[in-house]
Amino acid sequence: MSVTREEVAKISNLARIRMTDGELDRMVPELNKILDWVEQLGEVDVTGVEPMTAVIPNTLRLRADEVDAIPETAGGRRDDVLANAPAAEHGFFGVPKVIE
Amino acid sequence: MTDLTQLGVKAIRDGVAGGDFTAREVAESFNAAVADASALNAFIVTTPDHALAAADAVDARRAKGEDLGGMGGVPIGMKDLFCTDGVQTTAASHILEGFVPRYESTVSRKLWEAGAGMLGKLNLDQFAMGSSNETSYFSNVSSPWRKDGTNAAMSPGGSSGGSSAAVSARIAPAATGTDTGGSIRQPAAFTGIAGIKPTYGRCSRWGVVAFASSLDQAGPMARSVEDCAIMLEAMAGFDPKDATSLQMDVPAWEAGLDANLKGKRIGIPREYRMEGTDQAILDSWEQGKAWLRDAGAEIVDVSLPHTKYALPAYYIIAPAEASSNLARYDGVRYGLRDLPDGSGLQDMYAATREEGFGDEVKRRILIGTYVLSAGFYDAYYTQAQKIRALVAKDFEDAFASCDAILAPTTPTASFPLGDKSDDPLAMYLNDVFAVPASLAGLPAMSVPAMLNPEGLPLGLQIVGKPFDEQGVLNAGLAIQQRAGFDAAPEKWW
Repeated sequence: MSVTREEVAKISNLARIRMTDGELDRMVPELNKILDWVEQLGEVDVTGVEPMTAVIPNTLRLRADEVDAIPETAGGRRDDVLANAPAAEHGFFGVPKVIE
Repeated sequence: MTDLTQLGVKAIRDGVAGGDFTAREVAESFNAAVADASALNAFIVTTPDHALAAADAVDARRAKGEDLGGMGGVPIGMKDLFCTDGVQTTAASHILEGFVPRYESTVSRKLWEAGAGMLGKLNLDQFAMGSSNETSYFSNVSSPWRKDGTNAAMSPGGSSGGSSAAVSARIAPAATGTDTGGSIRQPAAFTGIAGIKPTYGRCSRWGVVAFASSLDQAGPMARSVEDCAIMLEAMAGFDPKDATSLQMDVPAWEAGLDANLKGKRIGIPREYRMEGTDQAILDSWEQGKAWLRDAGAEIVDVSLPHTKYALPAYYIIAPAEASSNLARYDGVRYGLRDLPDGSGLQDMYAATREEGFGDEVKRRILIGTYVLSAGFYDAYYTQAQKIRALVAKDFEDAFASCDAILAPTTPTASFPLGDKSDDPLAMYLNDVFAVPASLAGLPAMSVPAMLNPEGLPLGLQIVGKPFDEQGVLNAGLAIQQRAGFDAAPEKWW
């Protein structure tokens, strides 16, 4: 299966990556070459095979349901959380206006 | 006095503990070597003060007669994929340029607690996506190795190319790496050093910039198998902060090292004998069998029938996970923000991601987005996950008749920078021998075997059963002792 220029433009929009016409022109044949190559996976008979979701048998643990169970990811670290924000104001992340 | 930069992890740790030299002397020697090697471009930032402070703390502990830790007095390089408290962490991307974490990754914290210090943050392929270290926003890393009789800059491998270059150039005794589809083993092979990817879940992924979460695993890169064992012990262990972390004790891998392989069976996968593999690689593989036989092992033929499909399956699964993981880089919470005049939130995301990601990262995000999109999910992603199950089952079946598997690490030796950078697919094929073990989550190691006729290092790979890092290290040690690999790149930098 191959992708058209329009399809790549649609994917880039879904992926929230702006692409110029020149970038699209370069990307389309590259993606098609890779997709052509992965097509060979269709040859494999996977009847009765369950998709692998966990590589090592491991039970998913749940964190204790309490505040500050893990200090690094708990509450009370507002300034640390905001420290790397491109725009932080009044204790919040600042973003462009999203509603009129 | 001996040149301290010629020493590895064990020699430094034991020398500091025994009072042959101080940790400060070691840190000063390596800091100077790092400063002198900027031509390699192995480091994105250097942190000489971190190395000195850690060294002084170790020297103070020694003065008081306290335990120095498993890595006491050893300064290391830290792949710039590990978040380090107060030190810029970029994943070699523009989108994270200037990001200074307020927390420490579990792996780096464990290393500091074991007495290690940090020489700096090592360059890598952007977001660990690449096999040659040519996708970094901070320029290519040059391998310290050169082909005989040429000056062409060679690839140190990738993604952990800064790590492999630094260790092989002797500007760091060891470094951290991460392996998603071969990113520890392939660069180790290209530069004549050792590196092990442990069983998935052995090392915490907390605080490690995520690429493909079901595959990413940290591991050590160093000059010897013993040094890898020591450093892996310091890095591994259960971490409640990582839901995929294994709830198992860390074995005493260093103490358990034993190169006598009597009674062990080593499998040779017949499907790894692929067309296009260099004759020198095939020769090294034959030599590897002879070395392991000499160590007492029995060599047996095994089959991994789905080998051919592992790489294409990987290039669906890894980009799929990457497209999801990298959705967090949107210009809101950290990193770059590009806000064109009068634009809204969606435009800001798109512009920020256009400017912040390199070509290979964009390519993989687009592939991932495509294979996960409605209509293609089952045809691509579900199919790849089923094939992943078959690849893992192949290994399980093979391990019914052998204890570990011997294979080449790479199909070729290192290549000149620029040789494959125009052809993404040709680049991907470099990881053909490394990816299957990654898909199956198995421990796998590359050890230096020999030089090829052009004077470039070749590595041999050992793949083990789940949780059997000891078996992998022991087979690696048997090879190391017989290979007697002591070649080092000639200093040109």
